[in-house]
Amino acid sequence: MKPPAFDYLRAETVGDVLDGLAQHGGDARVLAGGQSLMAMLNMRLAKPKLLIDIMRIRELRKIERTADAVVIGAGVRQADLLAWPDLAEALPLVALALPCVGHMQTRSRGTICGSLAHADPSAEMPLALVALGGEVLLRSARRRRRVAAKDFFAGMMLTARSDDELIEGISLPVINGSNFAFREVARRHGDFAIVACAATKTPSGVRLAVGGVADVPTARDWPRLEGSALDDALNAFAYELGARDDVHATARYRRDLVRMIGRDLIGEVLR
Amino acid sequence: MTRLKSDVRHPIHVSLNGEPVAGEAEPRTLLSDFLRHQLGATGTHVGCEHGVCGACTVVVDGMLTRSCLTLAAQVDGCEIKTVEGLAPAADRLGVLQQAFRRHHALQCGFCTAGILMSLDHYLARNPAPIEAEIRDLLSGHLCRCTGYTPIIQAALEAAAQLASSKKETSDA
Ligand SMILES: Cc1cc2nc3c(=O)[nH]c(=O)nc-3n(C[C@@H](O)[C@H](O)[C@H](O)COP(=O)(O)OP(=O)(O)OC[C@H]3O[C@@H](n4cnc5c(N)ncnc54)[C@H](O)[C@@H]3O)c2cc1C
Ligand code: FES
Ligand code: FES
Repeated sequence: MKPPAFDYLRAETVGDVLDGLAQHGGDARVLAGGQSLMAMLNMRLAKPKLLIDIMRIRELRKIERTADAVVIGAGVRQADLLAWPDLAEALPLVALALPCVGHMQTRSRGTICGSLAHADPSAEMPLALVALGGEVLLRSARRRRRVAAKDFFAGMMLTARSDDELIEGISLPVINGSNFAFREVARRHGDFAIVACAATKTPSGVRLAVGGVADVPTARDWPRLEGSALDDALNAFAYELGARDDVHATARYRRDLVRMIGRDLIGEVLR
Repeated sequence: MTRLKSDVRHPIHVSLNGEPVAGEAEPRTLLSDFLRHQLGATGTHVGCEHGVCGACTVVVDGMLTRSCLTLAAQVDGCEIKTVEGLAPAADRLGVLQQAFRRHHALQCGFCTAGILMSLDHYLARNPAPIEAEIRDLLSGHLCRCTGYTPIIQAALEAAAQLASSKKETSDA
């Protein structure tokens, strides 16, 4: 199908975007890589009156490394981050998860921040943000604010972003001396995950974050658990995520994946 | 800052396979439709119109691009490469296209333009691919006819041929 009619605004500065969003609010949509938004427009699941294209704004194209974090601007495409030479060293979890986001042909245009704004429950970048405890940098004509990962995702394709806010970037902490593991199960490579899991070693034990099961990616911290104590904790977590049956998989299968992948990954990072 | 009104056709200028061309598009016009209906470049095919099948894949400013997920308005001033640009002359096929013919890497041909664009782009940057990499790249395309195996064989053979032809010129 074809998209409904809308005005198109090619922004040259962040100011252009903020003015457009302040004026039109919910009737306007930011257009980043278009890899989710354009499909929704073609299927007429969204009918905005105005699209604000942010991809020609140079200042949003930056990947910046500070002392203990990496800040990724809204104009950074998934392929740009994959090609960033410091990725594996600074953000090993992202280096593991990002190749699973769609295909080479969609990563070439899709952005990191667009994936977070879209907030698909099985998307990999929201999972990585939650697993690492990153922050989303929001900006409107009125104010700037930082929202922690766990407060950003509000439900299936719902976030704490208000209609007049641009996600200017995200900040992901550089965590030294830890171990990371990631695995997902999808029907085909590049499809959205049925279940995706990320594990990190923490000072007191381990964190497991799970995507594709609850409405939002969800993380849980445990002390070092082993044997049946770990099995019980994983089983309880799998049930708390409230898995549902859908066309892709049954709730039972999803719980099985959480238990099995969770156990494997925790073993890997604590080894 | 440029604002294009929804109900008006706007002039769009692009470079198509190296030639400057122009057409008109409403803001909602997809690049796939702009290429086919305005520029007459019907080699780019349209399957699903939501980014899944890959038939519409083209190259915009060096980026593999689903033309069904891209607006004509977004590519104003950009360089676009489509399947029409692959053959060295009207009556000759390129190395990759010849390999597709030898290996029967197409039957109905609906998916072929998109797959050729992905492979052409990939091989130019990765001259010595292994099979797993070609399979990974092809995950972004659906082919209902070939079962993919002949496509993989054609791609690997074309890569080898392109690599050896480069060696000869540099040795000479
Ligand atoms: C075939 C296919 C397979 C895919 N598979 C996966 C997958 O396995 N995993 C996965 O995670 N994704 C997948 N995707 C989606 C992914 O490719 C998108 O890139 C991502 O979901 C959205 O990023 P985008 O830059 O394309 O955003 P757009 O499509 O441009 O925008 C998406 C939404 O976010 C909003 N938005 C974008 N940027 C901002 C911003 N800076 N501030 C405020 N709002 C913003 C838009 O208004 C829109 O509502 C797939 C897509 C396709 C076509
Ligand atoms: S028509 Fe564009 S991906 Fe199917
Ligand atoms: S050759 Fe028919 S779909 Fe690929």
